[in-house]
Amino acid sequence: MTDHVTEPVLSVDDLTVSFPSEQGRVTAVRGLSYRVSPGEVLGIVGESGSGKSVSSMAVMGLLPPQAKVTGSIRFQGRELLGRSDVELSQIRGRRISMIFQDPLSALTPVYTVGDQVAEALLVHGAQSRQAASARAVELLDLVGIPGAARRAKSFPHEFSGGMRQRVVIAMAIANDPDLIIADEPTTALDVTVQAQVLAVLATAREVTGAGIVLITHDLGVVAGLADRVQVMYAGRTVETAPVDEIFYHPRMPYTRGLLASIPRLDTGPRQPLIPIEGQPPSLVSLGPGCPFAPRCLLVIDHCLTTEPDLAPVSDTQRSACHRSGEAAPPAPLVSGVECYNTVSHSRVVLRVEHLVRHYPVRKGAILRRQVGTVRAVDDISFELREQETLGLVGESGCGKTSALMEILNLAAPAHGRIEVLGTDVSALDRRRRMQLRRDLQVVFQDPIASLDPRLPVFDVLAEPLRAHGVATTEIRRQVPELLRMVGLRPEHAGRYPAEFSGGQRQRIGIARALALEPKVLVLDEPVSALDVSIQAGVLNLLSELQTRLGLALLFVAHDLAVVRHIADRVAVMYLGKIVEIGPINAVYTGPQHPYTQALLSAIPIPDPAKERARERILLTGDLPSPADVPSGCRFRTRCLRYAALTPGLQSRCEQEEPAREQRGEDGHESACHYATAHAVL
Amino acid sequence: MTGFLARRLANYVLLCLAATFLAFALGSLTFSPLGQLQGRNPAPPASVIAAKRAELHLDEPIPARFVAWMGGVVHGDFGSTITGQPITDELGARAGVSLRLFALGTVLGIAVGVLVGVASAIRQYKASDYAATLFSFLVLSTPVFLIGTLLKFGGLRLNEAAGSTVLYYTGEFSPGFQGGWWAALADRLSHLVLPTLAIALSQIALYSRYQRSAMLDVLGSDFLRTAQAKGLTRRRALFKHGLRTALIPMATLFAFGFGLLITGGVFTERIFGWYGMGDWFIYGVQQNDTNIVATVTLFVAVLVLFSGWLSDVLYAALDPRIRL
Repeated sequence: MTDHVTEPVLSVDDLTVSFPSEQGRVTAVRGLSYRVSPGEVLGIVGESGSGKSVSSMAVMGLLPPQAKVTGSIRFQGRELLGRSDVELSQIRGRRISMIFQDPLSALTPVYTVGDQVAEALLVHGAQSRQAASARAVELLDLVGIPGAARRAKSFPHEFSGGMRQRVVIAMAIANDPDLIIADEPTTALDVTVQAQVLAVLATAREVTGAGIVLITHDLGVVAGLADRVQVMYAGRTVETAPVDEIFYHPRMPYTRGLLASIPRLDTGPRQPLIPIEGQPPSLVSLGPGCPFAPRCLLVIDHCLTTEPDLAPVSDTQRSACHRSGEAAPPAPLVSGVECYNTVSHSRVVLRVEHLVRHYPVRKGAILRRQVGTVRAVDDISFELREQETLGLVGESGCGKTSALMEILNLAAPAHGRIEVLGTDVSALDRRRRMQLRRDLQVVFQDPIASLDPRLPVFDVLAEPLRAHGVATTEIRRQVPELLRMVGLRPEHAGRYPAEFSGGQRQRIGIARALALEPKVLVLDEPVSALDVSIQAGVLNLLSELQTRLGLALLFVAHDLAVVRHIADRVAVMYLGKIVEIGPINAVYTGPQHPYTQALLSAIPIPDPAKERARERILLTGDLPSPADVPSGCRFRTRCLRYAALTPGLQSRCEQEEPAREQRGEDGHESACHYATAHAVL
Repeated sequence: MTGFLARRLANYVLLCLAATFLAFALGSLTFSPLGQLQGRNPAPPASVIAAKRAELHLDEPIPARFVAWMGGVVHGDFGSTITGQPITDELGARAGVSLRLFALGTVLGIAVGVLVGVASAIRQYKASDYAATLFSFLVLSTPVFLIGTLLKFGGLRLNEAAGSTVLYYTGEFSPGFQGGWWAALADRLSHLVLPTLAIALSQIALYSRYQRSAMLDVLGSDFLRTAQAKGLTRRRALFKHGLRTALIPMATLFAFGFGLLITGGVFTERIFGWYGMGDWFIYGVQQNDTNIVATVTLFVAVLVLFSGWLSDVLYAALDPRIRL
C-alpha cells in the first residue's frame, strides 16, 4: 500500500436486498455498508442467513432477477448497480472475480479444466486460443496443480475437491483482478486441504495485489488471513474492526458470543462452551428493536424498541450496540457443565479388534469381475469404556463412517471382532441382536435428512420404544421426559420436524437415540451441519447427558477442535488405519505421528496473534485413494518426516508397515517408525 | 470402450433374434393364412389348398419354419408374402418411404423441442412458458389421427384460399409428375409439409417438456454461476455451459424416439397416404402374413437396439464422466 490515502477498490453503501417468499418479502441484507482497499483482506463473518453471501452475490450482479437490490455498489468509483448484464460481464472475471463454496459443483462437468480456465482469458481478451491455453497451464501450475500441462486436459470429475478449488482460484486470478470475493472458499474441504488452499489464496493476493473479501463462518480462517473483520447478523453489520480488535476487544455481544461459543484447539478439554441461546430471527418481519436482543444477555429495554446504529467505539472499531460504550462487559453467566470423568478403570462397553472392511471394486456390465479393493477400514482396534468419550477423527475418506456402520451392523465382520457390552456380536441370534440394539444407539450427521418429515415428533420418539414393545402408557410418560431432557418443551411433541431449526432437530435426533436408554451412543458428525452458536448448545447438551446418564460416546468428527472439547480420548484415522490413539491432552499437546501433527497444525485458531506466530506443517497432495494404498507406511507419500529421512532410513517406511506401539503414558500409542512427539499448537 | 461397444452389439443380436422369434411364433400360431383361400366361393379344390399349405411349409413345426426363414434373412432374403411376392424388395421400398417421411419431422421436432424447452426454462412462469406448456399438453392429449385430420383440413382451406394446390396431403409426390429435378423436389416438399408438421408437433410437445425440466435442473447449478463470474454473459453461459450439460439426459430420449417413431407412425402414414413400415405391418396382420409381421418386427428390433447403441455412443461422447 502507498502512503497517501488510497481510494477504496469497492465501496458498498446502504445495500438492501430482498426476495419474495411464500411468507412475505425476505429482506436478506438491510442497509449494509463497507469498503475494501486495494490489497486488503476483509473478512465477513456471520452464520447462515446473516446475508453475507447474498451481499457478495449482489456485488457480482449474480442475484436472481426476482431479487430487489437498492443502495449503491461502487467499484473503483463506478456504480455497478443498475448496469446491464453485458456491461457487468465486462467487469466480472476481469476486474472482480469470485471463488465459490462448493468446488465439486463449481466447474462445468463437460469441459476440461484447461479449457475452462482458458475461457476466462478468452472472454476478456483478444488472445489466441493457443496463447490462452498456454497461460491456463501456467495458472494451474501457479495454484499448485502438479503436472499442470497434462492435468489441464482432464475433466473436473478427475480432480479431488481441493484440486478443483485450486482450478477455481486459477480462474479467479487469470485476468489479474483488483478484487477477489471468496465465499466460504474452504468450507467444503478437509482441514489439511483447507490449509493448502488458504496458502494458495495468500499467493493469489500477492500475485494480483487484489483486495479480497473473505466470507466465512470460521473465525479461525479469518484470524489467519484477514486484515479487517466485519461481523454480520440478520442482514446488517453489527461490528467491524481490524482483526485484532475483533478478537481481543469485541464490543457487540453477538461477536463476543460467537467467540465464546466456538470450541478451540488451544484450550484444555472440557471447557464449557457458552452457546448463544435462541435462534437467528426470521427476516420476513423484523420488529423495531435490535434483532439480536432476544438472544442477548446484556439486553436493556432500549434494545427492544430501537435498533442501534453502527457507531464508532474507537478510531478503528465500530459496533452496533446500545451498550458498546460501557466499559467492561460483565462476564456472561455459564450454567455449570462440570464433567471431568474418571474413566480409566471402568468397564469396557465396546471393544473393536482388528476390524477390517474392504469393498470390492468391480468392472464390466455383463461379466463383472473384481479389479481392486477399497480398503475402507483396514485392521483397526480400540476400546470404549463406560462414561468415556472416544473421538474418532480423520479426513473424509479415511474410513470413519465405514467403521461406524460396521459396528452398528452388530453382525460378524469380515475380519476381526466386535464386542458390545462383553458380547461378541458374531455369536448373536436375531433376538439377542435386537436386545443389544437397545444399548447401542446412533445420532446422524444431517438432522434434516435423518428425521422422517411426515412423522410428528411424538411418533419419532415413540417409534424406537414401540419397536421394542414398550407399553403405550409408558411411552406417553416417557416422550415428554425425553423432550425435556434434550432442552425442548413437551408441547413440541405434536409438531413436525420441519417446524424446528437445525439445532433443535439435532436435539430431537439425540432424544430419539436416548429413548431406549442405551449404554453406548454413536455420533456421526453430530454438529458439523450446525452453525457455531447452535453447535455449542448441542455439545454442552451431550456433555451434560453423558454425566447424567453415564453414557459412553463414540464421537466421529472431522473437526479436531470439537473433539478436543468433548472427548476423553482420541483416535486419529488415516486411510483405514488408526495411526495414533491416546488421552486427549497427550495427543493434542504432544502428537507423535506426523499425520496428527499436520492435522493439528492445519486447523486455524481463532486468535490472530497465535495464528500469525504459528508455523504450519503443510501436507502436500491429496489423500491417496483407499483402493490404491501405498506400500509400507501408507502415510509416507505425504509425510514430511519421511521426506526428510536419508534413503537408507526411508526404505523401512516403504517396506514395513508400522505397528501401533505405546510411546507415552496412559496408552498413548502411535504407528510410525520414527515417531517423536512434537508440539504444534 | 471399443470392446464394450462390441459386446453390447453381440448382446443386441441375441435380443433381436428373440424378439423376432416371438413375433414369428405368435403370428404362426394365430394367423390362418389359408383362411382366405378356403373361404372363397366356389371353394378351391383341396389340391390347391394342399399345394399352398406345402408352399407355406405349414406342416413343419414353428421353430423349423423360423430357422428356415432366418437362414434366408441371413443371406438377405426375407422370404415371400403369402401371395408370393418377394418381401426383400418391398422392405427396401417401405423403409425408404418411412425414412423420407420421418427424418425431417424428427430433426425438426428435436431442434424446435429443445429450443422451446430451453426458452420455457429460462423464462419460467412467464407468459411464454405458460403458452408452451399449454401447447404441449394440448398436443399431447390430442390423438395423432385427429391432429393429422385437422392438418389435412387446414391444408385444404389453405389451398382453397390460395386458389391453387399449395400443399398436398396425399402420397409422396404427384402421380405422373413431369418436370425438372428442382420442380420434382418442390413437388415432393409440398407433399411433405403437412405430414412433417403432424410428426414434428407431437415431438416438439414431448421433447420441450423433458428439455424444460432438464434445463431447470441446470439453471440453478453452481457451474453456471462460475461461468458468469468468469465474465460470460448470462445468455452465453446458458448456452455454452447450461444447454450442453442439459442435453446429456436427452440423448437417450432422442435416440429411442427416432427408432420407435418409424414404426409407430401408422396413423400418420395412413392419413397422408404414405405407404411405409407402419402401414405394412397392419397390412401384414390383415393378410395373416407371418413373414411380413416377422420382418417388420425384426426391422423394429434392429432399429430400437441400434437406437440404444447410438444413445450409448452419444452419451459417451457428450458426457466425459461416462467411461464405458
